[in-house]
Amino acid sequence: MILPYALLFFLGSLTLAFVLNLWRLFTAPTLTDRVLVLDTMTINAIALIVLYGIWTGTGLYMEIAVLFALTSFVGTVAYCKFLLRGNIIE
Amino acid sequence: MTPALDMALDLALSAVLVGGGIFALVGSYGLMRLPRPMQRLHAPTKATTIGVGAALLVSALDLLGQGQVSWKEVLITIFLLLTAPISALFLAKTLILRGEADPDIPDSGTGKPWATLAPERHDP
Amino acid sequence: MRRLFPHPYLSLTLVILWFLLVNQWKLGSLVMAIILATIIPLLTTTWWPNRPRVKRPFGLAAYSILVLWDVIVANFQVARIVLFMPRDRIRSAWITVPLDLQSPEAISLLAGTITMTPGTLTSDMSACGRALLVHALHAPDPDSVRNDIKTRYEARLKRIFE
Repeated sequence: MILPYALLFFLGSLTLAFVLNLWRLFTAPTLTDRVLVLDTMTINAIALIVLYGIWTGTGLYMEIAVLFALTSFVGTVAYCKFLLRGNIIE
Repeated sequence: MTPALDMALDLALSAVLVGGGIFALVGSYGLMRLPRPMQRLHAPTKATTIGVGAALLVSALDLLGQGQVSWKEVLITIFLLLTAPISALFLAKTLILRGEADPDIPDSGTGKPWATLAPERHDP
Repeated sequence: MRRLFPHPYLSLTLVILWFLLVNQWKLGSLVMAIILATIIPLLTTTWWPNRPRVKRPFGLAAYSILVLWDVIVANFQVARIVLFMPRDRIRSAWITVPLDLQSPEAISLLAGTITMTPGTLTSDMSACGRALLVHALHAPDPDSVRNDIKTRYEARLKRIFE
C-alpha cells in the first residue's frame, strides 16, 4: 500500500544524507571531522542495507547489516586511537 | 489478520519510516550546519542512530501481517546502542587532545586532571 | 558448577545472542548455544578477573526501558536545536559531573546513557575516575543538567549496582 512510498522517501533522504556527508568529507576543517563524517557514513550505510533488505524482501541483507554493525565502529576507534597515540596496537 | 489491522500496521510503519528518514537527514545536516567541532559531535551520534533504529523497527515488524517477527534487528540495535557512545567518546577525546574542542574546559574538581590531558596517560 | 561457568551472566548473554543470530527455535541451536556459552567464558576468563555484581537485574530492565524512552525524546529536542535554532544562540557548555558510583560497570553504563540522551555527550573522565566531563549542546543552565544526570540516572544505577 503506502509502505513502498515511505521506503522510497527514506532511501531518498539517505541519498541526500550521503551527498551531504561526501561534501563534508571534502570540505571538513579538521582531521577529526573527517573521522566523524566516516562514522556517520557507516551508520547511514547500515540503514541503507537494512532498507534494501526490506525492499527486496530477503533476509539475506540482515546478515550483512549484523556484520557491518559489529565491525564498523572498530574503524572509528582505530582512527581515533591513531590520532590520540600515534599508533593503533600497543 | 483483518484488513483494517493490516492497514493500521501499514500506516504506522510508514510513519516510522518517514520520521526515521527525516532524523537520518538531520544527523547529516547538523554535521554541516553546527559551527563548533564539539557541537558537530552531537548531531550524528544521536539523530543517525534513531534513523537506523526506525529502519530496524520497520524491518522487524514488516512481516507481522503474516505472523512473522524477525529478531536479528534487536541484535543490531543492541550493537549500535553499545558502540555509538564508544566512538563518540573516542572522538571527543581526540578533539580535546588536539585542542580542537572549546578551550574553556573546567577543572575536574577531584584534584587530578582529565585523563586525556594528564601527563602520564592512562588507557583510554 | 562455578568452575564450569565462571561468568553466569556472560554465558546467559551468549545463549541469547546465539538465538538472536540463528533467528529460530531449534534443539540443535540450543546445544550449540550451550557449547559456546561454556567454551567462550572459559577461554576468556583471564580477561575477566572479577565478576560484575548486579544487585537487581529487574531494575536494569526497567532502567533500559527508561533510557530507550529518553533517547527518543532526546532526539526530538536535538533535531529542533539543529534545524531551527540560530547558530549564535546555541549555548554549549562543559559540565563536570562528580561521581558517587564505584563499580566500573556502573560508570561505563552511566557514560553511555549520558551520551545517548538529551543533548549531552560524555567527553572524558578524570585521571582518578571520580568525575566525568560532559559536553552539553544547548544548556543555558548547566547546574540543572548536572542535577538531572545525578538524580535521574546515577541514583537509579547506584540502586541497581551497589
